[in-house]
Amino acid sequence: MTNWKVILNIAKTHLLTKIKQTSTAALGVTFGIGAYITLVCFMTGLNAMLDDLILNQTPHIHIYNEIEPSENQPITLYDDLKNSFNVVHSIKPKLTQKKIHNALPIISYLEDNQDVYGALPQVKTQIFYMAGSIELGGNLTGINPVDEARLFNMGDYIVEGSAEALQNSDNGILLGIGIAKKMSLKVGDRVQISPINGGVFPLKIVGFYQSGISDIDAIQSFTNIKTVQRILGKAKNYITDINVKLYDIEQAMPMSKKIEKQFNLTAIDIKTANAQFETGTTIRNLITYAVSITLLIVAGFGIYNILNMLIYEKMNDIAILKATGFSGKDVQLIFMSQAMIIGFVGGVLGLLVGFGLVSIIDTIPFQTEALPTVETYPINLNPLFFVIGFSFAMLSTFLAGYLPSKKAKKIDPVQIIRGQ
Amino acid sequence: MSVVLEAKHINKYFRKPVLFHVLKDINFQIKKGEFVSIMGKSGCGKSTLLYILSTMDTDYEGQLLLNDNLITGQTRDHLSFIRNKHIGFVFQFHYLLSEFSVLENVMLPAKKLAEKTHEEIEFDAYQKLKMLNIEHLAKKRASRVSGGEKQRVAIARALINNPSIIMGDEPTGNLDSHNAENVFNIFKQLSDEKGLSLLIVTHDEDFANKTDRIIQMGDGEIIV
Ligand SMILES: Nc1ncnc2c1ncn2[C@@H]1O[C@H](COP(=O)(O)OP(=O)(O)O)[C@@H](O)[C@H]1O
Ligand SMILES: [Mg+2]
Repeated sequence: MTNWKVILNIAKTHLLTKIKQTSTAALGVTFGIGAYITLVCFMTGLNAMLDDLILNQTPHIHIYNEIEPSENQPITLYDDLKNSFNVVHSIKPKLTQKKIHNALPIISYLEDNQDVYGALPQVKTQIFYMAGSIELGGNLTGINPVDEARLFNMGDYIVEGSAEALQNSDNGILLGIGIAKKMSLKVGDRVQISPINGGVFPLKIVGFYQSGISDIDAIQSFTNIKTVQRILGKAKNYITDINVKLYDIEQAMPMSKKIEKQFNLTAIDIKTANAQFETGTTIRNLITYAVSITLLIVAGFGIYNILNMLIYEKMNDIAILKATGFSGKDVQLIFMSQAMIIGFVGGVLGLLVGFGLVSIIDTIPFQTEALPTVETYPINLNPLFFVIGFSFAMLSTFLAGYLPSKKAKKIDPVQIIRGQ
Repeated sequence: MSVVLEAKHINKYFRKPVLFHVLKDINFQIKKGEFVSIMGKSGCGKSTLLYILSTMDTDYEGQLLLNDNLITGQTRDHLSFIRNKHIGFVFQFHYLLSEFSVLENVMLPAKKLAEKTHEEIEFDAYQKLKMLNIEHLAKKRASRVSGGEKQRVAIARALINNPSIIMGDEPTGNLDSHNAENVFNIFKQLSDEKGLSLLIVTHDEDFANKTDRIIQMGDGEIIV
């Protein structure tokens, strides 16, 4: 039978009469939680932005035909030399097509897979941009613009024009912003391009592409798949790459292995292709949590200290309470509730402070060439962080309050009364 | 007459710093409505006995009965309950919660007992304060009232749950003669009019002589 009303009333009175120490302890928690919220929202916002920069426009699995030297040189077919040591100089790669065999059936096979969100064909080729007498080398990729925008956020990197505009034009081109600058072109202008095996094709500029990586922007342009196929003089089934997006990124590695085996193609998963990004994200998260936990531990020691002091000062009160019929458990609860009240008030204030700071950061302009869609500092306002922060405040104050309150529970009133 | 408190063969030892037999075979009874005082030289074990009788000290041999129920060997939580409901304690030094008002100090044990509503408890507390002529202090902070007044607040607190017995360890030892007289009269009145049992340790010969019975102690034993 615990009489919470009395216990909380006593706890409240103790806290209010020691308002200075109480607020110091609560402010410690506020500081810790506020810093945690600010850091974690900012850091994960930053992480998400950096991930977006590369990972979002990167397929989870990229399938293509790698040009490699053949494993089996003609001499290995010659039975008489089977047991001898053969040295072959100047091996040249076998001239295979870049084309993926049976690309269209493979795509529909992949799309039927439950784990696959989508699989998109691409046609990659090298071309020259013709500007008068100057020829600029570059890459032209044939895509399904609207699908690319849907699956790989292509739209974020189109600075003028739109994916739909490209989709709807028969001879349109989405020109890399770097090329446009070099050649002083604007939307609506025509640009002449020439594939390696000859010929000149005028294409109409329907928009500009800016990936944020200037080396890419200086060479890369996009058109519809059928436009590239026409330029190259290839059939409708000429596909050089397949990009796959999965529901669960963790499936990328096993799935890519399976595809390689099944179709005898090269399939690179996103983790292998961008291993360094994972590392960066992990380390940033580690720093965030290390700093927040350090702050909260410091705050916890503050509470521990202040509660210890309070119990020392309140020896007489504890003796009186016990002498007049409060049990050891009651006394422990009185001091535990003080710790929890400090944690609650400090924690809630910390959440508010964190939210305030994050809201301010969210409005600070942050413009960079590299990230055309970003206008202010990136913030990830995830409610989960607030739940974690609050739980953490309560947990740390619970731990900080437990030992002192246990001591208060054990105090022998006779010793205190005798000591007077 | 019924027996309120009975001590049977109480023995107590202090083991530190050296083994010391502080209470030696204490036997006595206190009947309902009796006003008993304990006298004896300083250091003879009066306070030690009172702490055992008040259930705060459980480290003793022998048996203790309150209203014919054995108290010895009960759990700590149950002892807290017994202290809360059946025993009122008044110390030599006015032990009040200094940050609470006089009224809150008096109400606290009743709130802990939680047998009555807040309003009833407040009414009772005012009754007790009125009886002790200190109702005008009700809203004052406990740390802001004088020594004699504090002792009366402590008595009011001891009375709030209508206990079976009030124990006092030199409750007038720290008061001037006027206030000491005052406190004695309150005790006397409680004993005569309300039939309350009292067990008071005192050094004051005059005080003791006016009580119903004197228990004389010496060197851990009851002499008379
Ligand atoms: N915690 C203790 N440890 C050892 N000896 C104690 C302790 N408390 C009291 N004593 C001794 O026990 C004896 C009785 O003390 P006490 O009951 O306070 O005497 P009184 O109240 O009659 O003056 C004294 O000699 C005192 O020194
Ligand atoms: Mg004494």
